[in-house]
Amino acid sequence: MKSVRGLLGWEATILALVVLALLGGALLSPDFLTASNLSFLTANFSEIALMALTMTLIIIVAEIDLSVASILGLASALLGTLWAAHVPMPLAILLTFLAGGLAGLLNGLLVTRLGLPSLAVTIGTLALYRGLAYALLGDRAIADFPPFYTNLGFGTVPGTAIPIPMALFAVLAVLTAVLLHATAFGRRLYAIGANSMAARFAGVQVERIKLLLFVMSGLMAALAGIVYTFRFSSARGDNGTGLELGVIAAVLLGGVSIFGGRGSVVGAVAAVFLIGIINGALTIVDVSNEILTIVTGLLLIGSVLVPNLLARLRAARERRAVRPVGDAVS
Amino acid sequence: MKHRAFALSALTVTLGIGAVALAQPALKKGLKIAFLPKQINNPYEVIADNGGLAAIKEFGGVGKAVGPSDAGASSQVSYINTLIAQKQDAIVIAANDANALVPYLKRAMQGGTKVVTFDSDTAPEGRNIFINQANSEGIGRAQVQLLGKLINYTGDIAILSATPNATNQNTWIKWMQEELKLPKYKNMRLVKIAYGNDDDQKSFTEMQGLIQAYPNLKGVISPTTVGISAGARYLSTSPSKGKVVLTGLGTPNQMRQFVKDGTVTAFQLWNPADLGYLAAYAAAALASNQITGKEGDTFTAGKLGKYTVGKNGEVVLGPPTTFDKANIDKFNF
Repeated sequence: MKSVRGLLGWEATILALVVLALLGGALLSPDFLTASNLSFLTANFSEIALMALTMTLIIIVAEIDLSVASILGLASALLGTLWAAHVPMPLAILLTFLAGGLAGLLNGLLVTRLGLPSLAVTIGTLALYRGLAYALLGDRAIADFPPFYTNLGFGTVPGTAIPIPMALFAVLAVLTAVLLHATAFGRRLYAIGANSMAARFAGVQVERIKLLLFVMSGLMAALAGIVYTFRFSSARGDNGTGLELGVIAAVLLGGVSIFGGRGSVVGAVAAVFLIGIINGALTIVDVSNEILTIVTGLLLIGSVLVPNLLARLRAARERRAVRPVGDAVS
Repeated sequence: MKHRAFALSALTVTLGIGAVALAQPALKKGLKIAFLPKQINNPYEVIADNGGLAAIKEFGGVGKAVGPSDAGASSQVSYINTLIAQKQDAIVIAANDANALVPYLKRAMQGGTKVVTFDSDTAPEGRNIFINQANSEGIGRAQVQLLGKLINYTGDIAILSATPNATNQNTWIKWMQEELKLPKYKNMRLVKIAYGNDDDQKSFTEMQGLIQAYPNLKGVISPTTVGISAGARYLSTSPSKGKVVLTGLGTPNQMRQFVKDGTVTAFQLWNPADLGYLAAYAAAALASNQITGKEGDTFTAGKLGKYTVGKNGEVVLGPPTTFDKANIDKFNF
């Protein structure tokens, strides 16, 4: 119970920081808190937001997927290649999803069947999928996508300033939250993350669930790749290079434990927005890129450090409280 | 200075009445113009941006340079959006992708922000004006003119290019061959076009090969920064130093030591500071409604003088700048 309360505390902190960042942005520049600026700003991190959802699930089971941005790039390159080869767009999109799913499946198989650590596996496939993306397009870019599709990436929900990719994200975020927090499947994820051996003995099909999560991650990265391609109306092999770090950073800042078993969708989503808003606010007052990167880095270190310190403090206090018994035992 | 200003205003007054019908609106004061380079700390882009900022200072605007630290198209987008939110009067951008930025730049233009591309263009619908550093004909011909002067218009010459299918190289080479057809080059003979694949090692050995294969070789043009520096490195230690003239397109920082040690007398490249300077004036002319960017529009770019907008909203800076012992230390890129 205590750990749950501690976690909610962290989420509340992040949400409060989001509000503070918005207020701070408004104070820094009168141009910040406008519908159009916030619309730009959120559209800007829609791919990171999407991939953060499945990354949350994967990190909760104490695995990691470093290959997501490369799958994004591969999906983008494939979509462009198919379109350039006159494949009808709906079919091209379907095939792109298929490729994303297959990429995730390969990650999952290597992790679950061969028992390799996902960190090592996905560092490898990070290079592999990016390589495939370059093999498809080289340094070429495919650009002439039909306006209907590019509008999906670039436009806003009619009558609002909400970017379409963000609306898509909102739906998926709700679905992910329900899956994680309101289903037996979600509870199993926490169990695996907390102690996979115990979960296995309790009858949870650990390997199968992990495999499924990697496939979901691949599909989500493919979706992000499609969004990216349409948002920039440009399919390139180098699309999204390095984004995986942004995704993982946001998920960890959101209070998802890198050791698994702990975290929530709300926290991860709030953290994606926090980083995005801080970036946007600092950009609008022309803070240089270096400072921006430093701020993000400090934020991240803080996000790992602060909960850790709090937990230690709490543990120390508890230990002091039970000292007489503890001393007797030892 | 004061005298000149006075003379100018006197002139303006005398011509005033007659000129009213022809005069363009003056450049607005206090224009907010932002430079958005491909990459904020790239030395070449810094010089271009500074050229632009100097121009903005000249006409009393508020200039700045912002941009990503990686040369990615998507990283430029967030800056475009920010500049729109900041209601800049004009954005001067070196585009990292010809298409990815277009919808965002269109949005900027719809909001009344003028867009000038320089150094690297977008699709024409993404900007009002493109400032091109030089056109291919200008570069090709200028390279031959320079080499001709350096070898007294006599002797065998060769070209050390990048790859056989590099579009820009091949267009330049085509114009070099056109220039060579003029009578004053009748004693110059192009004996070979070699390809160094823009690879340092390969260019080095190709240069070596040219000198060994053609004993009467008097000059080599290498219109690629990789080729000319690798070629110069070979030449600097070979007995042909001072006998074979090497020129081409290079950057002053790359070529400085070879100019100082006498391996290379002169080479060319456009002047990035002038490029930024011209782009800033074009942006100001657009934002002051002097021009709209259509073909035939003319505007004055400070010390560089008068420019005319060509086809597709393109403005050409002019022939490349020649760098030699006398001026190379004024450039750092």
